[in-house]
Amino acid sequence: MGLFTFKGGVHPYEGKELAMDQAVRELKPGKELVYLLSQHIGAPAKACVAKGDHVLAGQKIADAGGFVSAPVYASVSGTVTGIEKRKNATGGLVDAIIVENDDKYESVTYEAGDPDKLSRDEILAKIREAGVVGMGGAGFPTAVKLAPKDPSVVDHILVNGSECEPYLTSDYRCMLEQPEKIVGGLAIILKLFDAKCKGVICIENNKPKAIEIMKKAVQGHANMSVAVLKTKYPEGAERCLINAITGRTVNSKMLPADAGCVVDNVGTVMAVYDAVKLGKPLIDRVFTLSGDAVKQPGNFLVPVGMSYQEIVDQAGGFKQQPEKMISGGPMMGFALFDLNVPVTKTSGAITAFLKDQVAEAKETACISCGRCLHGCPARLMPCKLADFAEHGDAESFEAYYGLECVNCGSCSYQCPAKRPLAAEINMMRQTVLANKKKQAQAKKKA
Amino acid sequence: MSEQYKVSVSPHVRDSITTSKIMLYVIIALMPATIFGIINFGAHALLIVCVSIASAVASEYCYEKLLKKPITTNDLSAVVTGLLIGLNMPPQIAWWIPVVGSVFAIIVIKQLYGGIGQNFMNPALGARCFLLIAFSGQMTTYAAGDKFANLADFVQGEFTSHAAGALDALSGATPLAYLKQGYDFNLGALFAGNVTGVIGETSALCLLVGGIFLLIMKIIDWKIPVIYLGSFGVLVLITAAVRGYSNPCLYMLEELCAGGIMLGAWFMATDYVTSPITYNGQIIYAVFLGVMTWLFRMVGSGSEGVSYAIILGNVITPMIEHYTRPRAFGIAKEKKQKKEAGAS
Repeated sequence: MGLFTFKGGVHPYEGKELAMDQAVRELKPGKELVYLLSQHIGAPAKACVAKGDHVLAGQKIADAGGFVSAPVYASVSGTVTGIEKRKNATGGLVDAIIVENDDKYESVTYEAGDPDKLSRDEILAKIREAGVVGMGGAGFPTAVKLAPKDPSVVDHILVNGSECEPYLTSDYRCMLEQPEKIVGGLAIILKLFDAKCKGVICIENNKPKAIEIMKKAVQGHANMSVAVLKTKYPEGAERCLINAITGRTVNSKMLPADAGCVVDNVGTVMAVYDAVKLGKPLIDRVFTLSGDAVKQPGNFLVPVGMSYQEIVDQAGGFKQQPEKMISGGPMMGFALFDLNVPVTKTSGAITAFLKDQVAEAKETACISCGRCLHGCPARLMPCKLADFAEHGDAESFEAYYGLECVNCGSCSYQCPAKRPLAAEINMMRQTVLANKKKQAQAKKKA
Repeated sequence: MSEQYKVSVSPHVRDSITTSKIMLYVIIALMPATIFGIINFGAHALLIVCVSIASAVASEYCYEKLLKKPITTNDLSAVVTGLLIGLNMPPQIAWWIPVVGSVFAIIVIKQLYGGIGQNFMNPALGARCFLLIAFSGQMTTYAAGDKFANLADFVQGEFTSHAAGALDALSGATPLAYLKQGYDFNLGALFAGNVTGVIGETSALCLLVGGIFLLIMKIIDWKIPVIYLGSFGVLVLITAAVRGYSNPCLYMLEELCAGGIMLGAWFMATDYVTSPITYNGQIIYAVFLGVMTWLFRMVGSGSEGVSYAIILGNVITPMIEHYTRPRAFGIAKEKKQKKEAGAS
């Protein structure tokens, strides 16, 4: 069978062997848990507890702040000690509810549900109420994603188990350890769409064990299958994945549903299962700690709100003081300047490196080698776009489709001149989009 | 918290490829042809190659030092330029001519336009064309050594019946001149390189080995060299057939092995800076080079066709790039839909 893939992409060192054989281990949080109110795309959640309140694990502590938003739940029992600004992984300060852990882990009782007896709207309500968001990193509220304007056009539910980001192995472990949960979650999602809708679990061919296990797990489900993808970064990027599996194309102005697809990460599908079948809100997630600086790389079940520092400490710490600390994987993750950051619904990993390759690389002049073009999954000309960005030429930037960039970083990775192409393009893209928004608002007023 | 880590924007890993590594691979790929040239033409050829490289590197260093710019000689691009200039010199040329060429290539063509990556034409080829005009006598005299005194021995039969008799007038010329007159040449000698010509161009075999090495190392893409050679070959084949030569196929192969086309196609037309980076642009550029080389060789004077063809290709590269910029992923479909909507 041929492998599914897309045009473009790069082959960074995978580094999966460090953590891939480590079974998921549950970690207990420390004294203080921090629940950020913005852990998803959309409006921040609104706190519904006050300082001094006693909360239970699984108790809602913040309501959704709008339609595109998600509620937040406590992952431990304890006392709310404050609502204040805290730092997130990208370095921004956002509102957060601080809970002091009483180490009793008293939990609310979850109300199990039978998806067969629930209507479409009831299922969606359960997913929304459980605070499920895209756990691959984007954090888009899943209930919104699963309710497109016209559900009848959706004929593919793609479960993203490609995990193309180097070093990360959390999705892989989930597929090995809880295949029935993934299949169960997918079955629930498929109920929301027409009978013709197919569920496809997409896995890169560097995970043969996961492919085997998932293939066994989908047996007996006529509307489910496993698709084997070529191992290439960014195979798991939404637009690339849709193109690889269906051949359809999605640009920045379209939603996946416009191409008849809904893409959900493995972790998200499991959270959907928990939400609908068990009635359990999203309060924990599987997390990878890896990189050459980590003493014992592994995969862990961590509660939302736990600090990164505690994860590292409990997992065994570092071999040596790392030079670079990344929240997420090395291609799209965010560099951290310290570990005093809480786990959110979307944080999937810490990657720690002894050496920082970026600091070592010296930028030289572009020699127009074209490597960035070959690697770009959006088929852009990154070297030109970066030039336009440097000159602040928004017009040419748009004419060369700069807004189609998905910030995957393939161009920067491949550049022999070590130009920070992706960073420059992304910054310009944000500026152009912000200006457009401003102009649109000005027009509305006038 | 006392622990502090380095912060940068993603991605946090980089490929190990660098500009100097790329240049090093090009130098390695040129080694078979260089070594063959030196063995073929003797010690003077070695001297020419060495002074070319030394003067290219020295000009870059002095210029940057003088203008207080960062020194970029470590990227090895000046070595590549110097080496290519050396390989493009007739073997018996006075040593100072390539020096003039190297200085011109580095200072005028490369540095005055902003250094590496900014030049609009290949520095080595620009220098060669400059020298061809400035010292046309010396640059086109292939003073044949003893070994090549009877180059005509290699001439086998004739492609045309009326070419006989002109043979004497051609002594000391390159195989290309014979071919232009319609003589059949020894293909084996052309391929191996036991013929006259500039230092680095004679052995098609050595150049091919270097070119394939670059392909394997993914330094160059197959499109430019293969399409360039292919389009030129097809045109020559047609020409030979129209002119009624007895063996058009053999004639085509000999044209492909003679002169500078192998050196040009693998090592000069593929220069990153001066060739298009777009997929379609590379195809147009390569076909353009093939057509121009054919024009220069078959219709024009016959020699130096490759150099001029590539220089012209370099000049129109920005225009080719502009008109062939790829449509972004997912955009084509949108436009089609709009058209359909407009039609209905």
